[in-house]
Amino acid sequence: MTMTVSAEKHHVESGPSLRQRLAAQGFDAVTLLVIPSFVLLALLFIYPFAYGLVLSFEPKAGSAWSNYVRFFTDPYFYSTIWKTLLLSVPVTVLNLVFSLPVAFRVRLLYRQRLLTTILVIPITLGTVLIAEGLLNYLGPQGWFNRALLAIGLIDHPLRLVHNYWGVFASLVINGFPFTFLLVLSYVTGIDPALEQAAATLGASARQRFTHVYLPILMPGLAITFCLSFVQAFSVFPSAVLLGEPAGETRVMSIAAYQAAFEEYDYSLASAIAMIMGFVQLAIVIGMMASRGLFYRGPATGAKG
Amino acid sequence: MTIALQKFDELRLEHVRREFGSLNALKDVTLTVKRGEFIALLGPSGCGKSTTLNCIAGLLPVTGGAIWLDKRRIDTLRPEERGFGMVFQSYALFPHLTVKQNVGFGLKMRGVSKAEISRKVDDALALVRLSGQAQKLPGQLSGGQQQRVAIARAIVIEPPLVLMDEPLSNLDAKLRLEMRAEIRRIHNTLGATTIYVTHDQDEALSLADRIVVLKDGIIRQVGTPNDLYERPEHIDVADFMGFRNRIKGKVIRQTNDEATLAVGDSEITGLLRTSVQNGSEAYAAIRADDLITGDPGMNAFAARIDTIEYRGREFVGTARTMDGIDLVFRSDHAVDLGATIHLRAAPERVLVFSETM
Amino acid sequence: MIRDTSLRSKLWITAVWALVGFFILNLFAMIASVVTSSFATRWLGTWFPAGWTARWYSSAWSEFQLGDVLLVTFEVVGAVVVISGLLGVTAAYALARREFTGKKIIMLVILLPLIVPPITFGIPLATVLYQTGLAGTFWGVVAANLVPTVPFVILVMIPFIEQIDPRIEAAARVFGANTFKLFAHVLMPLLLPGILAALLLVLVRTIAMFELTFLVAGPTSQTLVVALYYAVFAAGVRAVQSIDAMAVVYMVTTLIWLIVALRFVNPTQIVTRAKQQPAH
Repeated sequence: MTMTVSAEKHHVESGPSLRQRLAAQGFDAVTLLVIPSFVLLALLFIYPFAYGLVLSFEPKAGSAWSNYVRFFTDPYFYSTIWKTLLLSVPVTVLNLVFSLPVAFRVRLLYRQRLLTTILVIPITLGTVLIAEGLLNYLGPQGWFNRALLAIGLIDHPLRLVHNYWGVFASLVINGFPFTFLLVLSYVTGIDPALEQAAATLGASARQRFTHVYLPILMPGLAITFCLSFVQAFSVFPSAVLLGEPAGETRVMSIAAYQAAFEEYDYSLASAIAMIMGFVQLAIVIGMMASRGLFYRGPATGAKG
Repeated sequence: MTIALQKFDELRLEHVRREFGSLNALKDVTLTVKRGEFIALLGPSGCGKSTTLNCIAGLLPVTGGAIWLDKRRIDTLRPEERGFGMVFQSYALFPHLTVKQNVGFGLKMRGVSKAEISRKVDDALALVRLSGQAQKLPGQLSGGQQQRVAIARAIVIEPPLVLMDEPLSNLDAKLRLEMRAEIRRIHNTLGATTIYVTHDQDEALSLADRIVVLKDGIIRQVGTPNDLYERPEHIDVADFMGFRNRIKGKVIRQTNDEATLAVGDSEITGLLRTSVQNGSEAYAAIRADDLITGDPGMNAFAARIDTIEYRGREFVGTARTMDGIDLVFRSDHAVDLGATIHLRAAPERVLVFSETM
Repeated sequence: MIRDTSLRSKLWITAVWALVGFFILNLFAMIASVVTSSFATRWLGTWFPAGWTARWYSSAWSEFQLGDVLLVTFEVVGAVVVISGLLGVTAAYALARREFTGKKIIMLVILLPLIVPPITFGIPLATVLYQTGLAGTFWGVVAANLVPTVPFVILVMIPFIEQIDPRIEAAARVFGANTFKLFAHVLMPLLLPGILAALLLVLVRTIAMFELTFLVAGPTSQTLVVALYYAVFAAGVRAVQSIDAMAVVYMVTTLIWLIVALRFVNPTQIVTRAKQQPAH
């Protein structure tokens, strides 16, 4: 670096051209190919976000912070955070806890593809179709309740749609395959020789899981948790169609949608969207920070 | 030295079978390993040598036969109950643990006290000459250092038996030679019993007290390196011991210890290694070193030179006979490409094997 | 993995597979109930409908203007696939082949739209599009859908391009190929399988993309999934069977492309995006 600087001093007239200097930084014609995509994302992703942030401080009435003040003082708004977390956290934990043992069995299968293909179907169909399907299937006259009645587990049909459990079910149907496939890709990424080594060193199946697999999987599980959580946290169509959008499943995305498209208060809607993003970010950062803690532990925790 | 390996008299494999698909299957393996021996399992890939090792370690269940450690039957035990030390081809070091924690892993699983673990791990690291690296993660070590950690981790649990699965195959040539000497040194220092899997005959010849040659899931020959090198009992073993020329012919006559094969218009006579029948097909095996340029006559083949390479003191070339057999030969003087020469081998340097065993 | 044959582990394995079986059973039963309902004359309070008919499909076709909706859907999806292919592949090529200052920031900008859920950035995006007058139009819907698909193509293509040895390109130049010939005769044939896979996944994802299209679409720029949402939302206005017939049309549209896509990609790729994630 210092050499180029001194070279420029001595040869002011015949110094390296702009093109050469840019090339030294890695910019040439090929690098420019990245520009169209970047401009597109700047216009359609960064700019709207920034615009939304600014807009959220320009409420229809009141001071700059009044949207946020309104959100955090009106239970009609702030309760949506709690309602959203009450859905998304248990669902994410459940999906993750079930995914782990299943992934450990599935990676032993020689024909994983059939199972993974089946599991990709609900992800591909999406939340709207699953909502419509579950309205039929879990409804009071649906096959699920009929089957439970027929085997005598219940006396009256369970109420499973237009409430918390309908949304919960749709988040499991959508989220479990997603979580599972992510976990599976991490589990299959671990060299099976590590487990064999642990076994020859006297570790039982349980010890192999807690001392070898779990610590190695931890970073991957943290990422999986974050991605699955963020999906569940932004639940929208199923909360409207399968839940009780005016009551216990009035999640944040519904509040934001209503502000924007029913009250036409884009400023308030932006504020809610920003709070939504912030809550997601807080949980993700918390998760990643704990991952950092976890990883540092065994790395330096040895005695002596 | 506080590492004291557990004592035992012998490990016996009795008619061990492992059938799972056709590849890597074991058909019938019977073998006894005495305490203090260094045994090499040698064979081409897919011959069943790693399968044998994994069956001994308990990583693969056997489908027939039994494995005994003295009077204790161990093939029904889980790997964690057998207590053998194992070094893996990929080293299989735990990436999230330091060198010290990796080596101490087996002791920790056994519930050994922390002070004891620390002392034994230090001894093991000193033995493999890695004392300064204890706090590093495996990812920060070179291939050779990782190899040493893997060895330390296997011996620190004081196993009766150390199993090594092609431990040097991921190292470069120079390091491989160095680690080969290290492995033998550690074996001798500890008085260990080692079963070592390799596909490299040089490694097997230089390291082992006894070599077991496997092919297609069957033991072809067991013997000292010298036995195998000088007196292979099977054409496949000969193949592995550097008999690069394998000439197929028909047995036309034989005496007590010699047989003569007709190969096209030529004849070749060699020492009988297996019994053959007159009129049946058989192989003559010759090392490239023993096939040299000379005059026409007995045990000589006329051949046209295809390639010739200078190897310092001598030349090594390939040539094709009139019958289309490719031969590798040695010459102490330069020969011309495309020239027709006569290649001959002394009958006592030619081994004759039946076609099938 | 070491196979354990003890009773406890057998029970555990059985429990795990029972769980998977229960999930798949419910998934298929849910889909089957939609299909059954779409062919039902009357279905109330019984295991199976009273009779079977296909008339709901013709009534759904006219009631929901499915012809128009399908046309719009394919136009939107086609535009999104072409544009995100062009932008994504070229950008991926630059990112795979060059190291430059600020690359980390660009990678972050590319990764974020895939991590942040559509509804979170969709509301500010819709606000901007409404102010510019793009919302409600065909191109507004396409623009919104490009936000996650361009990064998706980039992330799928980067590892694919990286595994092509740059010396192959050097060799092509040595043998006299100019940039165009290099692209046409060397890069395209090598990249084609990857591009095909990425674009098929974009296609499947865009057909099913609800949130972004929902937030920016107008009456004439609705895709099938949004039309389905409005139909379910206004349940009671139309017969359930009619809505289910539309749902089946949607399912068939999506699953056909899924089956096509699965000929070229591993199912896990639909979720994990790329074999290696370049940055976290």
